[in-house]
Amino acid sequence: MRKSLSDKLAILADAAKYDASCASSGTTRRDSRNGGIGSAGGSGICHAYTPDGRCISLLKILMTNFCIYDCAYCINRVSSGVERARFTPEEVVTLTLEFYRRNYIEGLFLSSGIIKSPDDTMADITRIARMLRQDHGFKGYIHLKTIPEASQELIDEAGRYADRLSVNIELPKDDSTRTLAPQKRPETIRAAMASVRLKQQASKERSHTGKRAPKFAPAGQSTQMIVGADGSNDKAILTTSSRLYTGYKLRRVYYSAFSPIPDSSAMLPLIKPPLVREHRLYQADWLLRFYGFDVDEITDVAPSGNLDLDIDPKLAWALAHRGQFPVDVNRAGRDVLLRVPGFGSKTVNRILAARRSGVLRYADLLRIGARMGMAKSFITTPDWSPAGLTDSVDLRARFAPAPEQLSLF
Amino acid sequence: MYRASLPELGFFEAWRDAARRLLSHAVPPYQIEWGRGEDASLFPADPLPEADGPHAVTSTKEFLSLARTALCHSGTEAPTLLYQALHRHQTNRRALANPADPVARKLSVLQKAVRRDIHKMHAFVRFRELPTKGNRRSFGAWFEPDHHILETGTPFFAKRFADMDWMIATPQGVARFEDGTQTFHPPADRPDLPEDASEALWGTYFANIFNPARLHLQAMRSEMPLKYWKNLPETDLIPGMLADAEARVEKMRAAMPTEAPAHAERILSRLPQPKVPDMPDSMDEARAAAMQCQRCGLCEAATQTVWGRGDAKADLMIVGEQPGDAEDLAGKPFVGPAGQLLTTLMDEADVGDSWMTNAVKHFKFRPTGKRRMHQNPDPHEIDHCRWWLDLERRFVQPTLTVALGGSAAYALTGNDAPMKARRGQVETAHDGGAVLVTWHPSYILRLDGSASTAARSELRDDLAAAAEVIRSNPVHANPAAATSGT
Repeated sequence: MRKSLSDKLAILADAAKYDASCASSGTTRRDSRNGGIGSAGGSGICHAYTPDGRCISLLKILMTNFCIYDCAYCINRVSSGVERARFTPEEVVTLTLEFYRRNYIEGLFLSSGIIKSPDDTMADITRIARMLRQDHGFKGYIHLKTIPEASQELIDEAGRYADRLSVNIELPKDDSTRTLAPQKRPETIRAAMASVRLKQQASKERSHTGKRAPKFAPAGQSTQMIVGADGSNDKAILTTSSRLYTGYKLRRVYYSAFSPIPDSSAMLPLIKPPLVREHRLYQADWLLRFYGFDVDEITDVAPSGNLDLDIDPKLAWALAHRGQFPVDVNRAGRDVLLRVPGFGSKTVNRILAARRSGVLRYADLLRIGARMGMAKSFITTPDWSPAGLTDSVDLRARFAPAPEQLSLF
Repeated sequence: MYRASLPELGFFEAWRDAARRLLSHAVPPYQIEWGRGEDASLFPADPLPEADGPHAVTSTKEFLSLARTALCHSGTEAPTLLYQALHRHQTNRRALANPADPVARKLSVLQKAVRRDIHKMHAFVRFRELPTKGNRRSFGAWFEPDHHILETGTPFFAKRFADMDWMIATPQGVARFEDGTQTFHPPADRPDLPEDASEALWGTYFANIFNPARLHLQAMRSEMPLKYWKNLPETDLIPGMLADAEARVEKMRAAMPTEAPAHAERILSRLPQPKVPDMPDSMDEARAAAMQCQRCGLCEAATQTVWGRGDAKADLMIVGEQPGDAEDLAGKPFVGPAGQLLTTLMDEADVGDSWMTNAVKHFKFRPTGKRRMHQNPDPHEIDHCRWWLDLERRFVQPTLTVALGGSAAYALTGNDAPMKARRGQVETAHDGGAVLVTWHPSYILRLDGSASTAARSELRDDLAAAAEVIRSNPVHANPAAATSGT
């Protein structure tokens, strides 16, 4: 029996739920006042939240969950017994536009299993984006998953329609990829990211006549790494991230705690997904990108190379480097303030702005919105000194959850 | 005592006009009572002055934008706080820019609450399609915001949904968009919106994009507060999704991996398998094999193997150290700044065709901040990579090889003595070939002034000398090239 649109949507949304990417921000500003439908730019909008705490910003679906590859961590691998379905390009276009018109979504995030060949699959993905942009004047957000082995021309065309391109690295180490995803090649994935980066760079340069090249994936590229499917520690994961950020100017690396999949491969553990670990990795990633930390600074705090699950990575770093504290809030530079636990980048901006109007006291910091419960052990103001607090033995215990008796069995 | 009352629609303009009028008469903040709608006051009040007073009133764009959002707040304090701020602003420009100032702080809290409410309106309005006679499609929605955001929040929809007619009804008023024009109307009863088939599909999507193995209810509730739920169609599904979640996860855990379907093996066997010959027979085979090289740890960090390029039958071979940032991304040697300098000097020295490659085929670097810092390859990495360099030499069979810099000279000759004494000399390679040792162009780029100029002309002279050796030695060393008649 032929599957209804609703049946296909159920199967192909379910198959897409393991991709952590959701953002719809940071692209060029456009709107429909000059024709077409939709707008984009500025901060993205999360239109709904599911009980897993993740937002729905885009219609995130697979074009098809048929796949000729056999990646052990993936529900859609060729050897899985999962029910299969395939949208026609017209169905994807209609769903996107009708959902968009009802204000359910910001746009489309289209991924796919690999059918026939990488080129065939990429050609279909690109065709859907072309139909949306050219036939329907769609101005909303489009995120396309690129197939690394596909030809350069197809990826170039995809980049002209898409706001964001991504290719998932999935595993932090090449060896893990070779073992768990034998049909994928880590160097091909990296080369795909490199070529998107070069293409983007070229699209920003002006030609000798002063003309700008057409825009190419203006919201940049991103990737996803699965956490907990192989034995890599957090240091390995963050080292790979930092290489991806510096090498290919990625906007985001998404960390996705490996969660049990139906009809799982015998190669992988069906354990509860390490959600706290995922959260700590996001915090550490933030420190890498916006707070001037190096991977080694963050991960050398614990000899295991894993982040402390009880306290956040900035606090863990500060506790291991107490000699650098307390800092004087009225004198310290931006980079030093950014390293104070409890001060986020917004707080630091406010502190710097407020310092122009006069000396900051403890109550001012509270008013500004600093998390003083945490920060007070690491700072001084004219009316506050942490005295022995900074060096106290039980400082960590003040922030970490109370220790629990481990089960004896 | 004055009383100023703000209307439900157009309240920002009303507040601005009243504030300007009162301030031009230097009325202090405590003498004004601000109200909204038909608020009755306990005290009799003076009417507002009819004309502007003698005092000039100034404001900034930032302040007006703050006022425009903060005034939407449904609390009663926004008009008063804003007047206080504007009053003080006339003499003290900096107070509002100070995040620690109590009034500035209170206003920014109000502004933040309003912005969040507007953001939630943009997120949580759900349109249903309405019947229409014209050729524009028509949609309607009911939304209950916390604050007075109808006028500030709805122009967003006009930009987004310009090619359809729509109406958003709220308890404070109705925004309509028809034929490209937006209008505001007084509140009406909640409209009866017809069923919409897309809503069921949306429910299907919502229920299936959710991963039952990752329940995190608190995150959902903080971003999608319960107060909005009654107007969101999909939230009706949440209790059922929660009730099923644990059972679905249990089922996944309990299920043993199943046997792969019969077609899986067949499909996998059809996929092209990368073959790596033990001993490549041609330059193309060697290149293909090198693309999968894992002989040392450099391959994991670098993007890709950067193989040589140029004329594989040339008499001249040029060997550099290793790919840099640009070469690593492009997958081609000598395309970065040093490569460009080299190409320029090769043109100036009139060097003909050559095979250009590197001693080490993977980029070695350290990520620092936003850049990848070049690191020199160490001797054992060069030794490992010589397998590939030797293969290239076997296929090219150059008459003369130019070694750019110490790493290339070491790779070719095994001699790691300092460059200074060796520059311009011809040495003998491992395989017996002639090697002219000279500067690496990136060394020249690191020098300043006259040292740079001198090294530059030395490199050009060496390249010219190499070209001369090739020209004066017409016997082609490469048998393949000789027989092909080129």
